[in-house]
Amino acid sequence: MLSFIARRALQTIPVIFGVTLATFLLSQIIPGDPTDILLGPGASEEARAQLRQALGLDRSALGQYLLYLQNLVHGDFGQSLTFSKPVSEVLASRMMNTALLAFAAIVLASVLGVAAGTFAALKPGSLRDRALTVVVLFLNSMPSFWLGLLLILAFGLQLRLLPVSGMTSGDGGFVNLLAHMLLPTLTLAAWSLAAIARMTRSSLLDVIGSDYVRTARSRGIGEWRIVFFHALPNAMPAVITVIGMQMGFLLSGAVMTETVFSWPGIGLAMYQAISTRDIPLIQGGILLLAVAFVLINFTIDILYAYFNPKIKLA
Amino acid sequence: MSEAATTAGGEGTKRSFDFGRLFRNGTLVTGVGILAVMMFVAIFADIIAPHDPFRANPIARYLPPLSPGYFLGTDELGRDILSRLMYGARLALLVAVVPTVIALVIGGAVGLFAGYAGGVWDSIVMRIFDVMFAFPGILLALGISAALGPGLSSMIIAMIVVTIPAFGRIVRGVVLGVKEELYVEAATALGYGHLRIALRHVLPNVLAPVLVYGTLQTGRNVILAASLSFLGLGPQPPTPDWGQMLGGGRMALATAAHVATIPGLAIALLAIGFNLLGDAARDLLDPRMKRDRD
Repeated sequence: MLSFIARRALQTIPVIFGVTLATFLLSQIIPGDPTDILLGPGASEEARAQLRQALGLDRSALGQYLLYLQNLVHGDFGQSLTFSKPVSEVLASRMMNTALLAFAAIVLASVLGVAAGTFAALKPGSLRDRALTVVVLFLNSMPSFWLGLLLILAFGLQLRLLPVSGMTSGDGGFVNLLAHMLLPTLTLAAWSLAAIARMTRSSLLDVIGSDYVRTARSRGIGEWRIVFFHALPNAMPAVITVIGMQMGFLLSGAVMTETVFSWPGIGLAMYQAISTRDIPLIQGGILLLAVAFVLINFTIDILYAYFNPKIKLA
Repeated sequence: MSEAATTAGGEGTKRSFDFGRLFRNGTLVTGVGILAVMMFVAIFADIIAPHDPFRANPIARYLPPLSPGYFLGTDELGRDILSRLMYGARLALLVAVVPTVIALVIGGAVGLFAGYAGGVWDSIVMRIFDVMFAFPGILLALGISAALGPGLSSMIIAMIVVTIPAFGRIVRGVVLGVKEELYVEAATALGYGHLRIALRHVLPNVLAPVLVYGTLQTGRNVILAASLSFLGLGPQPPTPDWGQMLGGGRMALATAAHVATIPGLAIALLAIGFNLLGDAARDLLDPRMKRDRD
């Protein structure tokens, strides 16, 4: 197990370096003079030269990348133009909000997805099975921000049941936070829910057709018992893989969802950074989310190997 | 040799093509139907649009759907939403199809090369793809678009870059399998050049999975383009663009919900069209992929 972890870690490190190189390259593809964006076109040549030196723009591309890495190691992600403070501060203050939303969404998507997939697989070809196929198609094809707006329209503006923006209001409190979380979580979870339901259904149908399930049936064991104690546990590895793959979608989906619901996370900060062309903040946000994604995948692989000894040798 | 030729190129297998079966395939017919209507609207927008999509009318702002002369109502500047949707269909199809096709060609070529060449080249290409896959979903596209500056061309470049690795990986995977087949070995033994083997014997096998994946990816790119536009990174106003229309209409959700909801419906419908076509293509072209796998 330890050698597996070590091997997997060795594969992860170059990817993280690659990610830093890619986010660094983002600042290299900005057309024109980057100091234009930072200082505005009317700045004096002297101020530009000073800034160039301060940012290391007068160095070679390799020199700039090494400086970028050195700064990252010291927690320096640059200065945000939108918020007029260090990018690291902006990201740190919002990281937990994004993580909270993504975590709530993956829990909701997993629970509802597995339940819906199981429900459909119990009667393949039935009305409810076909209904699931249609719902999955819709959730798959629907832009999440549109779904968010529809939910705001229905539950916020028409029924006036739930708050539609921000994280808390009034005195706050746990219930208040939950109420604010419900619609963004549902919006973020929708796409993943569809993928998880689809995978649960197909992998459960595979297992239900196998010999040991037939044997269990012939011994007169009840259908529900067969599904929950015999079939579902064996269908789970495939489902867990899909759940792991969804984490990336959830982290990136946060940008859209947080924008629609004004949820104060990294995604909303990045959206605000777009209009001011605050590249350091966009770079920092992308880097943080990508590294988080890589580390989550790493953890999932380890857990997967731990629970599934067959793949340890792979 | 005859068997080899049959497997590689599909020549010699004369099958009567059953068009009736295609028409009975509900998924295919619905998908093609939706896309045909969208294409018709996009091509003939000039003729069928009831109004000029750019003409503002300050006294007709936020008219609800089914208003006289404005079937789907008007937006914040009093422009006809139906006409803007019709013209927007052009852009929606363009930004879904063009980046996908370009990424398919580039990614396919790189994947073919990596898989066929193997060794160090394969490792280098795969490590680059690994890094690109490390960026979750829309993020890399967002970064590239923002860095290049908002606009249609930046958006298309960003979409091409983030779509390349998936095609590259699929093609490489298929090539690795095909490379070991007997007919490739036979072609090598006959002294054919690498380029000829890669293009004439390996490539045809890659087409089915790539076409299936390409169609599904086009559906995803409909959503990706709409998302970038919604964030303000796509075509700039007053260009009629669905994602941007949705983003603009969001501000008036309480008073004129149709301004945002109708373009959203159009985006979803176009994505459904491509997804249905992709599902049908998967069932028809690649029975092994029939079960949910993506």
